Parts: sequence; structure tokens; C-alpha cells
Amino acid sequence: MGEVQISNYTMNLGPQHPAAHGVLRLVLEMDGEVIERADPHVGLLHRGTEKLIEHKTYLQSIPYFDRLDYVSMMCQEHSFVLAAEKLLGLEVPQRGQYIRVMFSELTRIMNHLMNVLSQAMDVGAMTPMLWGFEQREILMEFYERVSGARMHAAYFRVGGVHRDLPAGLLEDIADWCETFPKIIEDIETMLTENRIFKQRNVNIGVISHEDAMDWGFSGVMIRGSGAAWDLRKSQPYEVYDKMDFDIPVGVHGDCYDRYVCRIEEMYQSLRIIKQCIAQMPDGPVSATEHKVVPPSRAEMKSSMEALIHHFKLFTEGFSVPAGEVYTAVEAPKGEFGVHLVADGSSKPYRCKIKSPAYSHLQAFDFLTKGHMLADSVAVIGTLDIVFGEIDR
Amino acid sequence: MDEALIELGEYIAAAQPDAVNSTTIEHGQLTLHANAADVAKLLTFLRDDSNCQMKILTDLFGIDWPERELRFDVVYNLLSMTHNQRVRIKIQTDERTPVPTMTTVYSAAGWFEREAWDMYGIMFDGNPDLRRLLTDYGFEGHPMRKDFPLTGYVELRYDDEQKRVVYEPVQLTQEFRSFDFESPWEGANYVLPGDEKAEEGAS
Repeated sequence: MGEVQISNYTMNLGPQHPAAHGVLRLVLEMDGEVIERADPHVGLLHRGTEKLIEHKTYLQSIPYFDRLDYVSMMCQEHSFVLAAEKLLGLEVPQRGQYIRVMFSELTRIMNHLMNVLSQAMDVGAMTPMLWGFEQREILMEFYERVSGARMHAAYFRVGGVHRDLPAGLLEDIADWCETFPKIIEDIETMLTENRIFKQRNVNIGVISHEDAMDWGFSGVMIRGSGAAWDLRKSQPYEVYDKMDFDIPVGVHGDCYDRYVCRIEEMYQSLRIIKQCIAQMPDGPVSATEHKVVPPSRAEMKSSMEALIHHFKLFTEGFSVPAGEVYTAVEAPKGEFGVHLVADGSSKPYRCKIKSPAYSHLQAFDFLTKGHMLADSVAVIGTLDIVFGEIDR
Repeated sequence: MDEALIELGEYIAAAQPDAVNSTTIEHGQLTLHANAADVAKLLTFLRDDSNCQMKILTDLFGIDWPERELRFDVVYNLLSMTHNQRVRIKIQTDERTPVPTMTTVYSAAGWFEREAWDMYGIMFDGNPDLRRLLTDYGFEGHPMRKDFPLTGYVELRYDDEQKRVVYEPVQLTQEFRSFDFESPWEGANYVLPGDEKAEEGAS
């Protein structure tokens, strides 16, 4: 057989591809089966969230944050309410802070279950996905019991949380904390030492600490490369400084190390949840400043002023003093930040959302260059991308 | 916390006197107001100097102030993991003046600049790939500008006769309404009828 000339060709992947985790369109320049250059086309889920928020009051803006990264809802609300509280100079009562931290960690487990297991499914493991989704369903029930919604909770409000925990919820979460480690252990038996899983993930999508910083990585993506960096430790917000937990750090910066980090983070989140349940104080869940936080229904029946406050808060909304602030939380995917510019009215002047996966996806070309096409799927899985927050 | 920031702000301003115009500290966060022309030099200094080590570009975006002559703010949020500090750099520009690209300093700047171009029409001089990012293929205009209407100009639907997606001017069944709920005695800055007399009387 004579020599065959193979020229580069361009290939389109997505936007309707099960491994694209949503609506990712990749234009790949291929040399045979090797990726020469990858050009992600994003924006298919762009809804103009930032523009919409400029036309909504602060309270009306909160539900948009659930719909950004729709697998880690409450963590994003958290960032926004922290920004507004900082501008208002509002103090959240202890119980409210504990509830927020507890639900942030439940959200983290929810996100990691989704991410780790869909990554496993992308590289061929079907069973753990089904086990994990059963657990996610339980977590969503906890969401539903506090907020009435399984996913888009809008539970964190400026000044605290919307309502106190219903009776019996803490006990049920405590019970679940006892049964859940068994599930992670099962998942680990299926994956961690699995030969196929390791062949697909070890030494794939390697990024060094220096490069990860250059590309603006955060969260597990930078911890997997050996950076001991977590905003819950380094710039603690709420009651994270009272919590005792560890930060797992990877060594090689490949897909497998990031998988191991995520598994360990679930155990650490469980530790935090248990501490929250044990230390949960009594008291109000929300600030009592009625220029910002609506009064209770009971109060409204008898107090004229409470009625006025209620009416003004749900029509005009509360005014936030002019200023500019950036707050970031350690969302499951990385540093999720809100840069809020207020002009003294009841609507944000500018609300820039910094989503972690945006920076991660940007480095996709860097991560996949020279890899096989099939490896790009493993890399997409490990990047932990959700298009709600990339396209905004 | 604030003392460390004041110190850092003074240190940067002293090291880069051409680039930094002024520094402010608000809510425990340091902002450097910089010259657009020298911003690449400033960011390189912040990245490489051993007292700064701002190795991560967290965010880069625009803010629109249409009443200003230089209507856009370009904001750079930097983070130093070594010193656990954040710095915000602000420069000003208008629709016509390009600002230097940061892709030479931080790889992460590429998409952020594309987004700022897409959303505000801020031009970045030297960016190798300044295509639109988030909006539709063939989109016209810069949607995050304050003078761009919330409802946009075009809408699209699938046309069954032509068997393709068609673009049409937006048709609203109900006009877009934006109510002014601002209480006149708190926050609103318009003159109520009769209020002008009070000022006349005072002068």
C-alpha cells in the first residue's frame, strides 16, 4: 500500500451531544484522531441575566442566580446576598448563617454527585450515576422542605434566609449523614481503582499550578494541580471559620486527581454539615431590620407600620446605598463571584457575575491540544461545566 | 485589614506613578484608578512583583455610564494566592478608543475581552481573537449598553413554509412597562412639582 496523505480537517461536535453537558458546540481541528485546535462556541444558552438584573429589584434578582448554575443553586444565591448585605452593612443572625453554611454544603454534595458521576458515565460507567441520582433526589427533597422548590429554591435572602427550618428537618439530615458515606464508598469501589476509569482519566488534561493560575482557574480545578487554596479557609465568610474541615489537594493536575479531590470534598462537606447540626443555635434566621427584611405575616395583621413595610418591600424593594463591592464564595465549581455596583436606588446598576466554569472552559484548547478526540469527553467531564453559568 | 490595603495601595502607587492616578478603599477592597495606556505595564508589575504576586485575573468586564464623556469603565479584578489579597483596577474609555489587550499578561483575559467587546463594544487593541462570544451569530449591537432596550430589536422563530429560522423585528403584545416605585422622599432624585419654590424662597 502506498503512502496516504492525511490532511487536517475540521469537525463539529455538539451542540446537541450527550457528552457536551448542555449546549456546548466545539469546532475541532483534527489531525486524524488527534485534536490540533479546539474552539468552543458558547452562548447558546445566553439569556441576558446581567441585563435582566439591572431591571429588577434586589429581591427579584435572587431567582436568576438559581438558574445560572442549575446544579449548585444556593451557593450562587449566597454570593449575591453577601454582596448586597455588605453594601447595606447588614448583620445576619447566627442561626441564619449556620443554615446557609449547611445548605451550601448540601449543595456541594449535590453538585459533586452530578459531576463525578456524569463524568464516569461519559467514560463508560453507567451504574454509579443511578446510585448518585437517588441521593440527589433526597437532597432535593431537603431543598423542597425548606423552600418549596426542588431546585430553584430562592431560599437565601438579603438579611438571612426566607424561613426557619421546618420541624424534623435537622434530624432527617442527620440521619442521611449516617447513610450517605456508604454510598460514596460504593461509588469508590466502582470507580477509584477501576482499570478502565483510570485508563481514561490518569494523565489526561494535565495542567500545572502555574498554567492553572495563568488561565484563572479556581476551586477543584486549581486544587487538583496542587494549590492549597479554598475561599472557605483563606477568606472565610459566614461561620466557616468555626468549622473544622480539610482541603483535599491533588498532585498531578490530571482528570483523575480532580476526581479524587471531589470525592474527598464530599466527605469533608459531610463533616461540616454534621458540625452545623450539632452547633445550630436558636434564634432568628433573618435580620430584623424591616427596611430590608419583610415582617412576619402575624405582625402585619396588627401593625400598620409592618403593613407599610411589607407593601413597600414588595413593590419598590429596598434601596441599597451607592457603592461597589465584590464578593466571592467557594461554589462547588470554584470561585463564584458577584461584582455589584449600586447607585442608591432599589435596582442594581451593574451586576457582573464571575462564573468559575467560564475560565475553565476557556482553557479547553490548552487542555486538549494533542489529546485524542475521546479524551476531550473526559476533559469536558472534569471541567465541571454547566452552561447556565457560562452563558449567563 | 485596611492598613495592609492602604500600605499595598501606596506601595503600588509609588512603584508605578505614571500608571496609577489614585487609590480608594471601599468595603475593605482596594481599587486603583489607572491610565488606560499604561495598564499593561501596571498589570505586569502586579503579577511579577514579589510584594504583589497577583497571579490570577479573576474577572475583567465593562460598566456603562452613558452620561459620562468616557462612558465605559473597564474593571480588572486580580487575586494573589500568595498574599491572599485582591486588587481591582479601573480604567476609562469610550466607544472609539481601544484599550490595550491583557492577553499578553494573562491567558485568561481572552474570553473576558471578547465578552466585553460583545456586550459593550469596548475595543481591545492586540487581542488576537476579538470575535463575538455570547450573542448569536450575526448579531448586531452591544446589548449590555444602557441605551440598548431590554427587549432587544429582533426575535426569531422557525418558519414552517421556508423550513428555516427567520429573524423579525420584535413585536410586543403588550408594551414594555417599567414602573417607578421609588418613594419620592427616599432615594429618588427628581424634583416634585412645587419643590422648586422652596429653593427659590431660600435663595
